[in-house]
Amino acid sequence: MTHDEHKEGIGGMANPTRYGIERVAYWLMRLSGLGLLAYFVAHIYETSNILRGQVGWNEFLELTQTTEGHIFLALVIAMCVFHTVNGVRVMLGHGGVGVGKPARPDYPYDPASQNYRHKIGIYSAILLAAIATMYGLAVMFGE
Amino acid sequence: MRESTIMKIHYGTALAAVALVAVHILMRLTMGFAESLEYENVLANYKFVPYAIMLELILVLLAVHGFNGLRVILLELKQGRIYEKAVSYGCLAAMIGLIAYGSRTIIMTNMGLV
Amino acid sequence: MAQVSSIAEEQASTLKTITLRIARYNPEHDDSSKFMEFNVSYEKWTTVLEAILDVKKHHDHSVAVRYSCRQATCGSCGMMINGKPKLACFTKISELNSNVITVEPMNNFPIIRDLAVKFERLFDTHQKIKPYLIRDDTELESDAKEFLQSPKELEQYIQFANCIKCGLCNSACPTMATDSSFVGPQALAQAYRYVADSRDKGKDSRLKIIDESHGIWRCHFAGSCSQVCPKGVDPAMGIQFLRGYLLGFRS
Repeated sequence: MTHDEHKEGIGGMANPTRYGIERVAYWLMRLSGLGLLAYFVAHIYETSNILRGQVGWNEFLELTQTTEGHIFLALVIAMCVFHTVNGVRVMLGHGGVGVGKPARPDYPYDPASQNYRHKIGIYSAILLAAIATMYGLAVMFGE
Repeated sequence: MRESTIMKIHYGTALAAVALVAVHILMRLTMGFAESLEYENVLANYKFVPYAIMLELILVLLAVHGFNGLRVILLELKQGRIYEKAVSYGCLAAMIGLIAYGSRTIIMTNMGLV
Repeated sequence: MAQVSSIAEEQASTLKTITLRIARYNPEHDDSSKFMEFNVSYEKWTTVLEAILDVKKHHDHSVAVRYSCRQATCGSCGMMINGKPKLACFTKISELNSNVITVEPMNNFPIIRDLAVKFERLFDTHQKIKPYLIRDDTELESDAKEFLQSPKELEQYIQFANCIKCGLCNSACPTMATDSSFVGPQALAQAYRYVADSRDKGKDSRLKIIDESHGIWRCHFAGSCSQVCPKGVDPAMGIQFLRGYLLGFRS
């Protein structure tokens, strides 16, 4: 933390522990986004091996179709499902959908924008990501 | 370009990509997962023109969405005119590079140049 | 006299003590901040600000803290209390459920000294979004009446007019943690306050101001600003409504 601006820095931005599930969702959204971009770039490189013909394709497939490769792919499925479901929630929120109505605030001032609809959206994203991951593992290891 | 236009593209590419990636994943499950990755089957996918067009669309949509997302994260991490220009143009270059590289695979395989 | 003595004894028996850790830092001659610890006695109703003032009165008068109204109205005494931004005058020690209370200057604000921080940037961004009614005519013209507004129209923005500019929202915001150019939740919520005012005609000019690379789009709806707001402003709600205009969800 630099004292000139006293910004909290990356540690503060990435700390998901202080401000409830919404901040956790923010953090997971970032992480899954970066993870998916890394996977996407790797996937484009991986699939370009088809230009090396059958031998080249099979060689590369041997590298990825391993237990570690399957676990990594399961993680990608989790990131993909969470990023999609939470992304739809965030997009609706960004348009002002489901964030409550303005009203005279009453003590203890519970923020209407942090309501059960969005909390359900976040927990659904986590749950669906877990279910999709288990399904993905069953498909990949079931064969 | 105004930031609101960029972000509308960001949301639009996300929604379109969700639909197309769902089709792409379902295609892996039409037969066994390992079987769908066999050389002949993958080659057949690429040679089927509608599927190749869909792959190209997914490539463009995800590259635009992904690298704009990266640009947003990097812009928030550090500020400064030169840094911000470098991030914006760097992400644009990476986006174009990835689209070009991926398109090469799709076009060459589709045309039977393997 | 005996009665007075027994009251005093009773009061002494209800007094509990906590350890108050105060971050000390003077940018003029310190390289980094350090903590000083004080044992402070408190009652059920004692606020963190009162504990700090007790330290100033009895232990170390050099502790720098900004305060004024002591009733969550002036927005002066915002600080990090046990890791979260809060108003010191609005936070009772007994509610914190901790024997150790750590107070630090608010994050994302430059430190003047100890617990006092600079508000220049917050005021600049607040001013940037034109926090006043914009229209061509004026109610000050002769023969003109005041601008009428129905209770329903008032409800659209009154919540956001509660902002006391304490800066807690900017301190909790994850984007503010790294982005020193971000306009911030305080200013964005105030932009909505005026855009939603039926008397105001400055929507387009305000939307233009916030539609830039460090403007409204750097808000990711983490909602931390709304969770720490001591006046129920709910900046996250205002920001999403404001963005709704730019996305075409609202007109």
